Amino acid sequence: MYEIVEGFLTAIHLIVTFDPDVYEVAFRSIYITLSATLIASIISIPIALFLAFRTFPGKRTIINLVHTLYALPTVLIGLVVFLMLSRQGPFGFLGLLFSPTAMIIGQTILVIPIIIGLTYSALVAMDPVIKDTIISLGANYFQFMASILKEIRFVVYATVAMAFGRAISEVGAAIIIGGNIRGYTRVLTTSIALETSMGNIEFSMALGIILLFIALVVNFVMTSIRREAD
Amino acid sequence: MVNKKIVLAALLVIAAVFMCGCTSDGGTDTPTATTVAPTETTPVATPEFLKIATTTSLDNTGLLEDLKDRFEKDHDVTLQIIAAGTGKALEYGERGDVDVLMVHDRAREDLFMDNGYGINRRVFAYNYFMIVGPESDPAGIAGMTPEDAFVTIMEQAQTNPDVVMVSRGDSSGTHAKEKAIWASAGYDYDTEVVGSGEWYVEGGQGMGATLQMANEFQAYTVSDSGTYLAYKGDIDLVPVVDEGDVLLNIYGAMMINPEKYSYVNSEMAKEWINFLITPETQQVIAEFGVEEYGQPLFFPSLGNYEILGVSQEEAESPIP
Repeated sequence: MYEIVEGFLTAIHLIVTFDPDVYEVAFRSIYITLSATLIASIISIPIALFLAFRTFPGKRTIINLVHTLYALPTVLIGLVVFLMLSRQGPFGFLGLLFSPTAMIIGQTILVIPIIIGLTYSALVAMDPVIKDTIISLGANYFQFMASILKEIRFVVYATVAMAFGRAISEVGAAIIIGGNIRGYTRVLTTSIALETSMGNIEFSMALGIILLFIALVVNFVMTSIRREAD
Repeated sequence: MVNKKIVLAALLVIAAVFMCGCTSDGGTDTPTATTVAPTETTPVATPEFLKIATTTSLDNTGLLEDLKDRFEKDHDVTLQIIAAGTGKALEYGERGDVDVLMVHDRAREDLFMDNGYGINRRVFAYNYFMIVGPESDPAGIAGMTPEDAFVTIMEQAQTNPDVVMVSRGDSSGTHAKEKAIWASAGYDYDTEVVGSGEWYVEGGQGMGATLQMANEFQAYTVSDSGTYLAYKGDIDLVPVVDEGDVLLNIYGAMMINPEKYSYVNSEMAKEWINFLITPETQQVIAEFGVEEYGQPLFFPSLGNYEILGVSQEEAESPIP
């Protein structure tokens, strides 16, 4: 008990004194996860629109697959991306293994199914009257898509925020792909794992509190978006 | 309106984070711009980085961090240290994913060199393995040889539930040493030790984490003396067996063969290994931890090649 209290106090001290080590790791986490979430959004939202408004053979299977991939184990992503980016792998020539870029790739793969799946669900659940109205107003293809996205924008924001949360709290893939290099690929979760294994509980707790704080901020932004929507 | 401001502020923070992210990574996040010709021979490794795969003991004790800072001061390079355990480090080396290995398992190192993956091995430090365990020593192995101690632990564990052993179980150098002791004690590790009962716990983690786990279970475990000393303050296990030739622990550094993987940063790899065996660095190694732990965590290889059973060249001659 004493250890937890002491750890908590030290954690607060590290945070309020802007300990450079703590903040460096936190900012890298945010940077990598934000990049991955943005890239995944750019890829996923058009795919969700395509799935929602086109019919083609095998569509049901693809949607089922996307839902299954929600639960994609992160260590499996780690292993696959490792094999792809390792020098002996098909993309080895890029020399990307153990880099922040590689971690962004891993996290992007992790959250793509989530963004596709949730956006698709929102699109399907949309009132068909809205679609008909947009079409009847004479919208072309891109105007149609833009209007639809505008209609479901709050769901998209919430989805992206959720994807961000999933990616920033992930540790398995991050440690396999990034290698946990200090000052380069060490992020909040891998750092917590390492510091705990080294017995630096206070430092781990400081990082854990920051991770929690980031989650709270994301949740706060989501809530204010929702409030605006209502 | 308030909410719009919040969103705007959030976006500004995001943009700011992006900018510091870009600068702190030194522009290495734009690989598409630097990598054009996807051939085996194209040197794509960014020259200012040196990737080192290392055993967890060198990293967990803080020695490598200390040496890294000293080296980076005099060289225009950033060392990227991947602490992985010897088995994983050798795997990274074989795949050509790192430039330098710093490991401690002579048998597998020799194989690695013989297969042409590694060159220019230099021995730069050593210490000893020890069997650590609870002070009460429930198996009563104090003063035994490592082999007898292992046999006794296994026998005692059959009847006494207090006798537990935690193994690294991760094909690290320490794990390899443990297996060697089992073999020397007359056991077939894979069939007679692994899965032989609840007394034998395979932790699957680095040296520091394994010590923590052994401490929680009040169990015996094999540790290098350096990591044990570094963790001694946080745990109450004591060294129970620390004598025996088999317990010698030799750390070697080698570079990845550039003939095998042309993109490795072999110039800087050479500089780093030569740096490790300079008298100045050897002095740093000899003194590392003395102030904090009362004794050195590692011994320098300089002048000790006979103890280590290696050639003088391997301990002292810089790579030409």
